[in-house]
Amino acid sequence: MAPILDIQNLYKNYGSVEILKDINVSIEPGEFLVLVGPSGCGKSTLLNCIAGLEEISGGAIHIAGKDMTDVSPKDRNIAMVFQSYALYPTMTVAKNITFGMKVRGVDQATQDAKLAEVAAQLQIEQLLNRKPGQLSGGQRQRVAMGRALVRDPALFLFDEPLSNLDAKLRVEMRSEIKKLHQRLNASMVYVTHDQIEAMTLATKIVVMKGGVIQQIGTPAEIYNRPANTFVADFMGSPPMNLIPAEARANGTGSVLRIDRDGMEPIELHVPQNGLTGEVIMGVRPEDIAEVGFRAGEAVQTGACLVDMVEPAGADTYVLTRLGGRQVTARLHAETSAQHGEVLDLAFDLEKASFFSPQTGARIS
Amino acid sequence: MTETSFVQPRDRSAGSLALRIALRWGLYTILVLFAIYYLLPFFVMVTTSLKSLDEIRTGSLVALPREVTFDAWKTAWSGACSGIKCEGLQPYFWNSMLMAVPSVMLSTLIGALNGYVFAQWNFRGANLFFAFLLFGCFIPFQVVLLPMAKMLGLMHLSGTIPGLILVHTVYGLGFTTLFFRNYYVTIPHELVRAAKVDGAGFFRIFWSIFLPLSLPIITVTVIWQFTQIWNDFLFGVSFSQAGSQPVTVALNNIVNSTTGVKEYNVDMAAAIIAALPTLFVYVVAGKYFIRGLTAGSVKG
Amino acid sequence: MSDWLARHVPKIVLTPTFVAVVLFVYAFIGWTAWISFTRSKLMPRYEVDGIIQYTRLFSSPRWDTALSNLFLFGALFIGVAMILGLTLAIFLDQKIRIEGALRTIYLYPMALSMIVTGTAWKWILNPGLGLEAMVQGWGFPDFKFDWLVNPDYAIYTVVMAAVWQASGFVMALFLAGLRSVDGEIIKAAQVDGIPSWRIYSAIIIPSMAPIFLSAFIVLAHLAIKSFDLVIALTGGGPGYATDLPATYMYAMAFSRGDIGQAASSAMVMMGVVFAIIVPYLYSELRAKHD
Repeated sequence: MAPILDIQNLYKNYGSVEILKDINVSIEPGEFLVLVGPSGCGKSTLLNCIAGLEEISGGAIHIAGKDMTDVSPKDRNIAMVFQSYALYPTMTVAKNITFGMKVRGVDQATQDAKLAEVAAQLQIEQLLNRKPGQLSGGQRQRVAMGRALVRDPALFLFDEPLSNLDAKLRVEMRSEIKKLHQRLNASMVYVTHDQIEAMTLATKIVVMKGGVIQQIGTPAEIYNRPANTFVADFMGSPPMNLIPAEARANGTGSVLRIDRDGMEPIELHVPQNGLTGEVIMGVRPEDIAEVGFRAGEAVQTGACLVDMVEPAGADTYVLTRLGGRQVTARLHAETSAQHGEVLDLAFDLEKASFFSPQTGARIS
Repeated sequence: MTETSFVQPRDRSAGSLALRIALRWGLYTILVLFAIYYLLPFFVMVTTSLKSLDEIRTGSLVALPREVTFDAWKTAWSGACSGIKCEGLQPYFWNSMLMAVPSVMLSTLIGALNGYVFAQWNFRGANLFFAFLLFGCFIPFQVVLLPMAKMLGLMHLSGTIPGLILVHTVYGLGFTTLFFRNYYVTIPHELVRAAKVDGAGFFRIFWSIFLPLSLPIITVTVIWQFTQIWNDFLFGVSFSQAGSQPVTVALNNIVNSTTGVKEYNVDMAAAIIAALPTLFVYVVAGKYFIRGLTAGSVKG
Repeated sequence: MSDWLARHVPKIVLTPTFVAVVLFVYAFIGWTAWISFTRSKLMPRYEVDGIIQYTRLFSSPRWDTALSNLFLFGALFIGVAMILGLTLAIFLDQKIRIEGALRTIYLYPMALSMIVTGTAWKWILNPGLGLEAMVQGWGFPDFKFDWLVNPDYAIYTVVMAAVWQASGFVMALFLAGLRSVDGEIIKAAQVDGIPSWRIYSAIIIPSMAPIFLSAFIVLAHLAIKSFDLVIALTGGGPGYATDLPATYMYAMAFSRGDIGQAASSAMVMMGVVFAIIVPYLYSELRAKHD
């Protein structure tokens, strides 16, 4: 099937400042693409370029097989939900939702039918005659979604739609958006700075930094095999531990020697082979546990000094220092670990990532 | 800030309480005296306009009229002489209306569209142009009087009301644009973006989304422009001729006309008539009037 | 609408204003500047002939009077209006019960045309029947108040009328400024036991520096453009004792038929305005960038 969205070699400059550099992404129909990155990484600009709200400086954008590079937003067959919702303040909810159809000259009967359908879908029937000023944040969010849904577009665009909601509502709306995606089987592009949102919603994630794509992949790929230390650090909470180490070959795998302040260096055997010299080892906090809770070929143990214990309800995080860095281990909630004690930790290094200390890029 | 919140604990003795009451009375007295200072000229205008000339010559400036007569008002409206004509202020009052209403509407409409562009449809160079436009608000108009007179002549608009409409519209644009721009700049850009995605164009967005939001700023702008244009004298006296003069020019001519007896009561009645429209606006919509003044002054 | 048109519609909308500003402001200023360097009299002449008009201007005693009147009038008008405005604003800020009514009364003169103001004050100040006659009637037959017709004092009557008209407006500006001072700072000062006059002098008034600047700019602008008031109140007289640059320029342009003088005096007026405005705009723009 042809990609529903295909972006080729896209560049965007403001004067001499390059905002987006050589962006290449494409998604298949029904995919949920999330653009994620820290603020200023260009993700919202990229979304606006897809919408046609920003002119691009180079490259091409195809939507549903058509070249939309120089087409105005209204003809791109898209719908968009904005961060501030951008509801028209003087129009009622019903008028907000039908404004686009009215502009396009859709007949009244169709407008009414579509409005009723969308209102039922989003459960906002009782709000139709209110003005945006009389709605709560969550209700406004629904109306903004309704305005997009009623268009029935080839592509939905979301610009940080949940960032103005409080934490509880955000989680609720997040799962609603996910349900909506599954029900409609629609193609969506979604911008967020929240990596949890990205992980939970996406079928495909684009991680961006400084206007450059760092990695494209499924949530699992991004999480388990980050392309560089930036992605490793950005995705996941708490982030991946990045531990400097000295590697040497050893039989089928490698041995890592990790310095510690005030203690003997720790040596860990890893199944990945061919590692030599300085490397940065990336280990997720959940891959470091108390001995006895983990078993497996790649599990190595080491005694570590506990610097701090942070209970977080379902888990307890234990902080220690390895290779001069703070390292977080995710332990059981019932752990008896105490600040100041030396604890045997099990490192599951099956999924460990290795990065070059010079470039930060993934080695293995 | 409240008066009571300034009270210090050590002030709560009986002696200083008396002092405070005295201070309070003093304060109110001063404020009321100033109110009288501001009101007195208007009071004198009104009472003088209701007196006969005899009474003016014999009575005191601030005395109430012994015998109220509206003769002066009648003369001021329809019989007072300026130069050779003796038709009162009436025709000039309507001249001012004919001049002010279209100029206010035109400059407000253009200013609204300009402000909408500057605030929401910025393009390269727009900011520079805006600065140039604002700069125009500051020039003393004397610097454009001569070429304007020549230009009106070239356009065959010399001494006509359409000529004055042109002048007032052009030189009002700086402020009207400023007002609307500063108002529209507070409206999030995402609104325009959402409407663009919805398929609306420049004018549609203006008409359906921005105009319905604009009532307060339209009121401020209309009041500001009306006051400015109605009260203008410089352009009126420079670019009009007998017959097309606005009311301020006619008032000045009546007051300074040297023929016949000096009729102070007629002068005062004429002055009040000339002031009535703007005073009316001030009384009815003072809040917007003040908002325009402060907005106009903070930036220009 | 074609795409090209749709894309350029904002520029097209601005075009009439752009043309108007370029022509009616900048080209006109250029024309006046040009004429100020020629020997134009009744009709404009375009041969540039150096700074002859400026030499004439600055050797004219009438212009000399007009310019010194401007500085005298400007200084007094701005000074008195500011002091009066600030005082009234502070007084009104003491939780006065009838504040709304008083504010309305203080400010209404700003709604009047300067011609109306001039007419009213001309009547009040006229020696024969006005204030002077009134006080004489009260039993002070020797009371004299003839400033309006006294060449040495007539300019002060212009100051009186101008202050009457504009001080309420300055009051409104300052009152808005007083009310916008952060309430928490004032509360903190009160908790520290600082007396209210010190709170005003040490905290509130210094924080209103931008408002002083705006008020100054507006008043200076009014002073330089003052034309109507002088025409209505004194007609520039007695003689030309109350001439201002604005009335000088008008007289040269429309009654003396000396376009060259009119142009050069207008250019000097613009120079004075810009000497005040440009530093202000510059500081404003710089403040915005920081």
